[in-house]
Amino acid sequence: MTVISYRQALHDTLRAEMLRDEDVLLIGEEIGLFEGSYKITAGLLAEFGPRRVRDTPICEEGFVGAAIGAAMLGLRPVVEIMTINFSLLAIDQIVNHAAKMHSMFGGQVRVPLVIRTPGGGGQQLAATHSQNLEVWYAHVPGLKVLAPATPADAKGMLTAAIRDDDPVILLENLALYNTNGEVPDGDHTLDIGTASVLKPGRDLTVVAYSRATVVALDVARRLDEEGISVEVVDLRSLRPLDRDTVCASVRKTSRAVVLEDDWLSYGIGAEIAATIGEGAFDYLDAPVRRVAAAEVPLPYAKPLELAALPDAAALTRVIRDTLDATRFAG
Amino acid sequence: MAEPSSTAVVGTVLGTTEEPETLRGYYRQMMTIRVFEQRAAEMYTKAKIGGYCHLNLGEEATVVGLMAALRATDYLFTSYREHGYALARGAEPVRIMAELFGRTGGLSGGRGGSMHLFDPQLRLLGGYGIVGGQIPPATGAALALAHRNGPGPDREAVMCLLGDGATNIGAFHECLNLAAVWHLPIVYVIVNNQLGMGTTVEAAAGEPELFRRGCSYRIPGQRVDGNDVLAVRKAARAALDRARGEHQPMLLEAVSYRLRGHSVVDPARYRSDEDNQRARALDPLPAFRAQLIDTGVLDAPAAAGIDAEVEQAIAEAVDAADRSPAPAPETLFDHVYATAVANTYQGLPGDPVVSP
Repeated sequence: MTVISYRQALHDTLRAEMLRDEDVLLIGEEIGLFEGSYKITAGLLAEFGPRRVRDTPICEEGFVGAAIGAAMLGLRPVVEIMTINFSLLAIDQIVNHAAKMHSMFGGQVRVPLVIRTPGGGGQQLAATHSQNLEVWYAHVPGLKVLAPATPADAKGMLTAAIRDDDPVILLENLALYNTNGEVPDGDHTLDIGTASVLKPGRDLTVVAYSRATVVALDVARRLDEEGISVEVVDLRSLRPLDRDTVCASVRKTSRAVVLEDDWLSYGIGAEIAATIGEGAFDYLDAPVRRVAAAEVPLPYAKPLELAALPDAAALTRVIRDTLDATRFAG
Repeated sequence: MAEPSSTAVVGTVLGTTEEPETLRGYYRQMMTIRVFEQRAAEMYTKAKIGGYCHLNLGEEATVVGLMAALRATDYLFTSYREHGYALARGAEPVRIMAELFGRTGGLSGGRGGSMHLFDPQLRLLGGYGIVGGQIPPATGAALALAHRNGPGPDREAVMCLLGDGATNIGAFHECLNLAAVWHLPIVYVIVNNQLGMGTTVEAAAGEPELFRRGCSYRIPGQRVDGNDVLAVRKAARAALDRARGEHQPMLLEAVSYRLRGHSVVDPARYRSDEDNQRARALDPLPAFRAQLIDTGVLDAPAAAGIDAEVEQAIAEAVDAADRSPAPAPETLFDHVYATAVANTYQGLPGDPVVSP
């Protein structure tokens, strides 16, 4: 184990996979000379050259679609889309093409493509650069959507994504890049489609993913000191979704709160709440609550941005409300 | 760097050096497409075929000329109007018709239908139902070729077909730009049948001489008479040779005229009687047959013999396609993913989401 940042984990994984497999190549805007908008690909152009680290013009639909075609011929492209907001320019190629080809062509072609892209608000980037659109992709059969929260999972999930023969969207988060954590040395791969219980607890389950998981862990540790035992389930994989792990946790704790960075209506939390309603109804002592982003195009001004985004205080309040509603006495 | 050049080529006179057997073969292929499409239209009206069904009627010379130029090792991406290309590329008619019928014996196992024919052996990497959706993947296939090998006369190339309407989408321009800056071995072929659904090229395109649309990217363009099979073949061969030999993209435009509506169900009321007369006058099949007979390559009985053989073969293909079984509902979740992973939900409508 070595303590490194989420950014370093992604970088090291890309490098390791490029060394391991000659067919892995990187495609994206400013990933070479500029070394990536968030420096995930720093140094890789110098090491692997422009054939394996391919800077593109600004044309998300074109270069994502080109990566699909390269994958059809057996390469394993890892595309960086500068932020998930810009993925909308490529959504036809992602949803109508990458997600469909294996099935629609009768299993005769594979699309081993990875799209890495960060989401998340809180950086004062205003409405068009602060969105959490992962649920748009998580809705689509044919795609796999991963959202690691820790450096270790970033390594394990990116490794799994690159070795997987289907199109995988790996959601990163601007607020996570500088977070640190222990990462297993050497080869480390995780099973796509599995959630992780990051902290066991008795009294209430918080379900989260990506940045929200880090917030949830922080809140859970602070509540521990008050004798409130919160279990944190990190989804890690939004499609497929590990419903069994979520329901098993709620059957134990009887209470659940979802913390999510996306908008509330039709969000990831809605799917989790419906899952719990079906899979753990008889065990529930209180309604499932969701702590999600306010439904506004995110404003630039800091006080408005802070007011709109889900945070530790909001999560703590909703956890307490849920416990109070069931006369929880610790 | 290539000079930005765009030249128009009007067509060729039937060459005397061409092997008669080759010419008769092209006639047979064109006739096969004609009869296949007529039978497809008929099967559609009998509800054997569902969804959309777009026919290559009137485009037979373009189809056969392009496919004759393509080597077996080259890759082909097409639009959704692609039955003829699959036929001329060498797919068995029964496998195409079975796909139209939605059967397991179809080129895509019945999962794609008319718009989504795929055959890895023929390097036919898909018909694409979204207008221009094939352009980015085709460009990426050329990227993979360039990634693996340098240029050379024996290298592979990609042919990307698109309709005239697709030259107005963003992805077309993005990909021409990518192909130019990345020096990709790809030939984009605009199959200009002069109508995008019911919209004319002139109404839709700021530069209606579509072969000129590569100018912004210094991609040379050439227009060819799409009703002249040999002219199409010649232009496509030259473009492909340049693509494989120099890793330079090219934009080719083959102009023909759609004989019927946009799809089988479109009566094409937006076309005048004059338009229809012009379409019939330009029909490449009777013209090519007359040329072959005039030059002694074929006589009328021989032509009739080919026609009868084609009719018979397609009739047998239709019957055989109808005997191919429909996919079983139990196979519904096959091929959604290539790599099986944990917790993939495979419930049918109304099934519980969580195992009790």
